[in-house]
Amino acid sequence: MTELFNSFMNGPDENGRFGDFGGRFVSETLMPLILELEAQYENAKTDDSFWAEMHDLWTHYVGRPSPLYFAERMTEALGGAKIYLKRDELNHTGAHKINNVLGQIILARRMGKTRIIAETGAGQHGVATATVCAKFGLKCVVYMGAHDVERQAPNVFRMRLLGAEVVPVTSGRGTLKDAMNDALRDWVTNVRDTFYCIGTVAGPHPYPAMVRDFQSIIGKETREQMDAAEGRLPDTVIASIGGGSNAMGLFYPFLDDESVNIIGVEAGGKGVNAKMEHCASLTGGRPGVLHGNRTYLLQDDDGQILEGFSISAGLDYPGIGPEHAWLHDIGRAQYVSITDKEALEAFKFSCEREGIIPALEPSHALAHVMKIAPELPKDHLLVMNMCGRGDKDIFTVARAFGFDMSGPEGRTFE
Amino acid sequence: MTRIDDTFARLKTQNQKAFVAYIMAGDTDYDTSLEVLQGLPDAGVDIIELGVPFTDPMADGSTIQLAGQRALAGGQTLTKTLQIATKFRETNQTTPIVLMGYYNPIYSMGVDTFLTAASEAGIDGLIIVDLPPEEDVELCLPAQEAGLNFIRLATPTSDAARLPKVLQNTSGFVYYVSMTGVTGSAAVQAVDVKPEVDRIKASTDLPVIVGFGVKTPEAARDIAAIADGTVVGSAIVERIGRGDAPADVLSFVKTLADAAHS
Repeated sequence: MTELFNSFMNGPDENGRFGDFGGRFVSETLMPLILELEAQYENAKTDDSFWAEMHDLWTHYVGRPSPLYFAERMTEALGGAKIYLKRDELNHTGAHKINNVLGQIILARRMGKTRIIAETGAGQHGVATATVCAKFGLKCVVYMGAHDVERQAPNVFRMRLLGAEVVPVTSGRGTLKDAMNDALRDWVTNVRDTFYCIGTVAGPHPYPAMVRDFQSIIGKETREQMDAAEGRLPDTVIASIGGGSNAMGLFYPFLDDESVNIIGVEAGGKGVNAKMEHCASLTGGRPGVLHGNRTYLLQDDDGQILEGFSISAGLDYPGIGPEHAWLHDIGRAQYVSITDKEALEAFKFSCEREGIIPALEPSHALAHVMKIAPELPKDHLLVMNMCGRGDKDIFTVARAFGFDMSGPEGRTFE
Repeated sequence: MTRIDDTFARLKTQNQKAFVAYIMAGDTDYDTSLEVLQGLPDAGVDIIELGVPFTDPMADGSTIQLAGQRALAGGQTLTKTLQIATKFRETNQTTPIVLMGYYNPIYSMGVDTFLTAASEAGIDGLIIVDLPPEEDVELCLPAQEAGLNFIRLATPTSDAARLPKVLQNTSGFVYYVSMTGVTGSAAVQAVDVKPEVDRIKASTDLPVIVGFGVKTPEAARDIAAIADGTVVGSAIVERIGRGDAPADVLSFVKTLADAAHS
């Protein structure tokens, strides 16, 4: 294999580390499973038939490649950089999540697993997992924080329509991290038939690398599409980050292109300050160990994990993928944060300027685009990953704007 | 030789099995847990597992999770857990204490600082659930160098290929997790566990202690009989959690210890 000496694309090492981050911090019961998964993935990765199946489903089931769209009226309004949107919100199920789910489920089938478990926050990963399980006739159990089950009722109903069992998690405080704890508890109990389909570039090795590889289709397509449109590389790529899978998918193919600025946008909630009402693990946290990997975490002085806060349930996680933690530390990517308020402004801007209702997650990335684009020259090519559509968020947004859609506060249409 | 090694040597001369009890530090509050802790040796406990509360105990069932939440709500920390151990050592120099918990509070304190503080507090061993052999450089090796035992969990998934890796760098004893699952799960049957214990004992000279799913004196007796001892955690913690007086908790512990020793 030819390896670039100074490549940023060689990680993780054989211990699953990106620099000091990553690793395999799991209980002994799970270790043999994780090692088996790693071996099977290494095997699949170099198997043409595996990728042929992926590409066939990406094309015919998901609708890839997703367009790279020149957002002309956004560009005009901001008056600077040329803004392109990578339209991953047009995928089947409405977000980038399915790119990865397909890969893991095909792998699960190759491994003879018959029962799939997943954790979900906003419900997008849960819906994608339930969808692919329905397609292949696999049993699907989704763990979702009880608090999220309440605030994301439409996605809960979607998952149930698709035949999945949705388990509301009441342990801890009933959010995404607790859902992940309960998924791990399920896995440790049902080791023989169950495959744990993790939704982001976090967890024990090999998950961060595997999920990144499956999501990298986003960046690969962007590269080709930008070359076709402009005949060169983009100057800046931007994506929002909760765990960081859509961002890692966009960033990874550009890591070795020095000329490409890479910017990740974390959820700043009510503001990144001592009150910790945010989910900005990199800008407001410090390194620790949770859910199988070492990464930046929101935690107190005793190493207890704090709850994040964000208007976007999909960014509401106190950690971040270990590869982002590494890219942050070595300075290859820049990480910033955007508040709820700024994200809501961007949400409106996208609706009004481009006729695209974005999810609240990419609205964070767009808010940062709105900050920097006006200062950049007109020939600066900027790509933002529009990683999800906003249908799931309209109730939250209506509430935030004080817009009464259906009578009593919080009621939704049947 | 640690207090753990001494304890097993003593039990061997007495031809007795070990009874290990788990309680959560700071549950239901600092004083209650200290009072229970101080009474455990007289109730017949040979080795104490002292739980360190953590917000995200992914290997524990709801009983231990809730205990951790109660402790954290009362302001319990790793530092205060070491204080409880220090207090215990003022009156007891022989009963080993094994800290059981998750890595992040230790990592957050700093491994070197922690090991110094733990040694000073009279801690004898560590069971850190989310540190498998693959991560031995993190804490296992530094802990052994600092004179602490690092006790590993062996599980039903530790097959012939995996077992040597699990046993390497483990010391004090081997904790056999009787089932695939979390703490406090369904009861286990001695007859099912025995072949597994025999399999592990064939590969190590260390004592093998069985835990997870041992809830009653009868189970403690049966499981201890097929191993070198047994651990009870959730059944004790449940009584603490529902507000039983320390004296009542300790008399329950005594019935477990007597059964395991019988």
